[in-house]
Amino acid sequence: MPEKTLLRVEDLKLYFRATRGVVQAVDGVYFTLNPNEAMVIIGESGCGKSSMAKALLRLLPRNVHTYSGKVFLNGTELISMSDEEYRQQIRWLKISMVPQAAMNALNPVLRVGDQVAEPMMVHHGVRKEEALVQAANMFQRVGVPVDFLTRYPFELSGGMRQRAAIAMALVTAPDLVILDEPTSALDVLTQANIMNLLKRIKKEIATSFILITHDIATSSELADRVGVMYAGQMVELSDAHRFFTAPLHPYSQKLMASVPKLRSTVEPEFITGQPPSLINPPTGCRFAARCPLRFEKCDQDPPMFQHPDGRQVKCWLYEKEARS
Amino acid sequence: MTVQDAVVQQETLSGADALSNAPLLSIQNLRVWFELRRFGFGHAGYVKAVDGVSFDLQQGEAVAVVGESGCGKSSLMKTILGLNRPTEGDVVFQGKYRISQMDAKTLRWYRRQVGYVQQDPYGALPPFMNVQRILEEPMIVAGISDKKERLERIHKVLTEVKMTPVEEFLPKFPHMISGGQQQRVVIARAMILEPKLLVADEPVSMLDASVRVEILKLLRGLQESHNLGVIYITHDLSTVRYFSERIFVMYAGQIVEKSPVDNLLQDAKHPYTHALLAATSDPDARNAETFKEVPPGEPPSLVKPPTGCRFHPRCPHIIRGECDVNVPPEFEVGPDHTAACWLYK
Amino acid sequence: MNALKNTFRDISQYPSAVLGLVIIVLLVIFAVYAVVTIPYNEAIRMWRGGEEIWGDYPRNAAPAWTNWFSAKKLPETIILTTDDERVKKEIQTVGSNQEVIMHYVFDYPYDDFPQEMIIFFTSKYDVKQPHITMKWVTPDGRELRMSQMSVRRSDQYRFELDERLKRRIKDMTVIQGLFATPDVMPPTIQKGQYELQISALLFEPNAEVDAKLVIYGKVHGLAGTDHLRRDLMVAMLWGAPIALSFGILAALGTSVLSMIIAAVGSWFGGAVDEVIQRITEVNLVLPVLPILIMIGTLYSRSIWVILGAVVALSIFSSSIKTFRAIFLQIKEAPYIEAARSYGAGNLRIIFSYLIPRLIPVLIPGFVIGIPSYVFLEASLAVLGLGDPVLPTWGKVINDAQAQGALFNGHYYWVLQPAVLLMITGLAFSMLGFALDRIFNPRLRGV
Repeated sequence: MPEKTLLRVEDLKLYFRATRGVVQAVDGVYFTLNPNEAMVIIGESGCGKSSMAKALLRLLPRNVHTYSGKVFLNGTELISMSDEEYRQQIRWLKISMVPQAAMNALNPVLRVGDQVAEPMMVHHGVRKEEALVQAANMFQRVGVPVDFLTRYPFELSGGMRQRAAIAMALVTAPDLVILDEPTSALDVLTQANIMNLLKRIKKEIATSFILITHDIATSSELADRVGVMYAGQMVELSDAHRFFTAPLHPYSQKLMASVPKLRSTVEPEFITGQPPSLINPPTGCRFAARCPLRFEKCDQDPPMFQHPDGRQVKCWLYEKEARS
Repeated sequence: MTVQDAVVQQETLSGADALSNAPLLSIQNLRVWFELRRFGFGHAGYVKAVDGVSFDLQQGEAVAVVGESGCGKSSLMKTILGLNRPTEGDVVFQGKYRISQMDAKTLRWYRRQVGYVQQDPYGALPPFMNVQRILEEPMIVAGISDKKERLERIHKVLTEVKMTPVEEFLPKFPHMISGGQQQRVVIARAMILEPKLLVADEPVSMLDASVRVEILKLLRGLQESHNLGVIYITHDLSTVRYFSERIFVMYAGQIVEKSPVDNLLQDAKHPYTHALLAATSDPDARNAETFKEVPPGEPPSLVKPPTGCRFHPRCPHIIRGECDVNVPPEFEVGPDHTAACWLYK
Repeated sequence: MNALKNTFRDISQYPSAVLGLVIIVLLVIFAVYAVVTIPYNEAIRMWRGGEEIWGDYPRNAAPAWTNWFSAKKLPETIILTTDDERVKKEIQTVGSNQEVIMHYVFDYPYDDFPQEMIIFFTSKYDVKQPHITMKWVTPDGRELRMSQMSVRRSDQYRFELDERLKRRIKDMTVIQGLFATPDVMPPTIQKGQYELQISALLFEPNAEVDAKLVIYGKVHGLAGTDHLRRDLMVAMLWGAPIALSFGILAALGTSVLSMIIAAVGSWFGGAVDEVIQRITEVNLVLPVLPILIMIGTLYSRSIWVILGAVVALSIFSSSIKTFRAIFLQIKEAPYIEAARSYGAGNLRIIFSYLIPRLIPVLIPGFVIGIPSYVFLEASLAVLGLGDPVLPTWGKVINDAQAQGALFNGHYYWVLQPAVLLMITGLAFSMLGFALDRIFNPRLRGV
């Protein structure tokens, strides 16, 4: 049966071994993504969203304790692949990434053009001249002047470097691009430019995006769907429109309320307390300790309930609606 | 306390009586230029980080300085903190103390009158000192030798930033506390010498969204209870309305607009301010369907800034022959509201 | 304190480091023991040597424990004085004279001949020297008469030089002749009970005579002896505190001073930094060993002078460049800026804010550096430029080399100090490398 969804993630787990114990960074995440769709994963520091990016791209450190689950990309299961298979078939061919602070992740001693051309040479076996032509094309698409091909990263501004990193991720025409905090180190105008660029690319190429960020306001610029992560778990999955108007999960609600809004007079709030440690996370609902709406049932870990309108929430408050 | 300190203190008190109407801080035509050296010896021009900034700040007033990277706000801030010397112009404190004329001793005294809250809470704290030691350092440097007094002050300030029970936090090292708590320690350290003025450089940009407002409210509360002047440097326009009374927009080393915050959205006058406002998003799903209008180009080099109005190469409302030739002065466009733009001649 | 405990816990993850630490602790105990049992002045005195101290020790004897490893048991030194129970002393009156008869009876169970045999005489008289006759009795009852002699107040009789015995014993040395089984070639030892009879005639009523028989073995003690009969254990023991102190003081002094200079240079920048960097670069080119040799030859070989010179030459080294690179990074940290903003002075910033960040980097470097200084001191000693009075491992090797130890088969003489040097070097290196691995990840957070 042909798969309609591009990406299906089931029970993805990534645990790390640290001196103090096992960090359950990604603890059973489920979601799906369609072709040419942009999903935004929102969460705060320590919620596991960056670890999830690494899990999807299999950029694992040496102290991995558990890496399990099922990830289907166009029907092919990825977790069970060997490292070599994954490297040859998936990484940067089907899934690529623009890492955090990508503008600083460019190799300072290589020319920018060479770096953007490299994935074509490595993964598609293309010769250097041909690869540079493709790099030039990609530069045009992302709005970097073509004569920047021969420049070094330090000669480019932050915004240009970010565009170059995006070009590097797109040059092999992958099905899915993961962007980890693509705009957090940038100025407001540059941020707007980059988000414009991503919107345009989404229209022009049929790539899907997963945008991981803690910046809720900027995330609304690209989102078709929204996933909220808290303490290693996905607590809400929703379409963007309904999410930004009225989120369901108490954490999402408090998070939205804590964002200062330029165009509204409501004073922002904050959430007291801190997220739980990912080593020995609490049993029961992980947000219960900070939740204003908690009740006795929250001592048990709620499952992901399917809301009648298609959204999913991991909260006992929606049990009844889900069952109806 | 030495005789010198006593004299300075006496001067401050009598100064305060005589000039209680003087602004806490008066920036007068400030220019801060950094020399560019070539091969260590040759002169290759100046980086004109701050190039003609003037404003007043009253005691108890909070002002936000907004701008993008490279606009000079950091250099402005460092000069106000006494870490840079003005190249031209001056920073006048309490109507009498001119930074350009301060000797080393007065400069040290002045630095204690200004508290500094930094952007990176973890980097701002020495990782090898515990909270108690971190907070004691400014007092030791200021010459408060009585250990009991230092401890009392620490207790007072930590209670004010709501890090209680205090005893629990004193022996902790920075890596043992959360980002929000680290920033509270930074704020506590800034407050411990009872300054008159606080300079906060992006105090919450490295904190999580859910904690930001808490810290900003804390700063607001401290400002009100201590009647502090606060200069709040940020690039996040959405927060300025809640935590400051006025906003200054900086571009390429100059202030292009000074405005009260209340009607910022409707009343912004300078094209650059418009651009910033348009580029700032609120969480709204409709954003995904529209493209933002962004002025083309990038902020100019501070070594060879454009002639005339520095924004003219990117401005959609440029008046040829005027904007690219003459530097616009600050025009009054409303009560307490100025804009440096030829559109408002 | 917590940091120390955590460090120990981290170290325990590396077996090599634990081993290194154990060895270092043993070395320190060794060194402390040396200094306590043989105080400094005593050690100098002993090492200066001389008959009074080392007269009873064999020359170039191997360590006694080598006997465990060989089928042929080499002899140990046997010393017989008249206090010994195996010795009988009688005094008879013969007319107006006295005759003192001493019987030295001993068992000889070894597989090899003694190295030498000497009788040490002490006597008291006014004018007339006592007259000595001696007789040697083998286990199989043969008697060999030895030359007669008159003894002074302090005198020695060497068996090898006895003309009478030399005439009597053919085809082999005197010692061999005295101890060999008769009519067996090659000379084979005859084990059993031997007796030396000494008969002394005293001509004055208050005269006295006494004799000490020393049969020098070929093995001695835990470390053997050298060409001056000095027990090498003294040098092995004392080498430890000297090596450790020199190594640790040099490494510590160099590291700390390098760090401070790097901090000052990188904090103040400008001309100060430039000058320090230029001095460093020039100093890097200077050859340390030849300069030390010059100082040792032309000025003084005292270990303190050499230590001072080593430290002075090593301060402006490549570690300044490494430290400077790290300081330049740390300098930009926000907390340094904060310190300036609340008025901290330059000295305070350098010593209270910059330098503490560097200590995790310093410690492994310092530990790893200790062996190089230990070896430097030993190298100078081997070259003959070590401290002239101190017993150090390097000095022992130097003596051994001068005396042709390896050529003569005295392997222990070279091996013992060399192995001790090697163990010291290994121990600090293993510990140092483990510390490096422990501390450096933490430094990633600069």
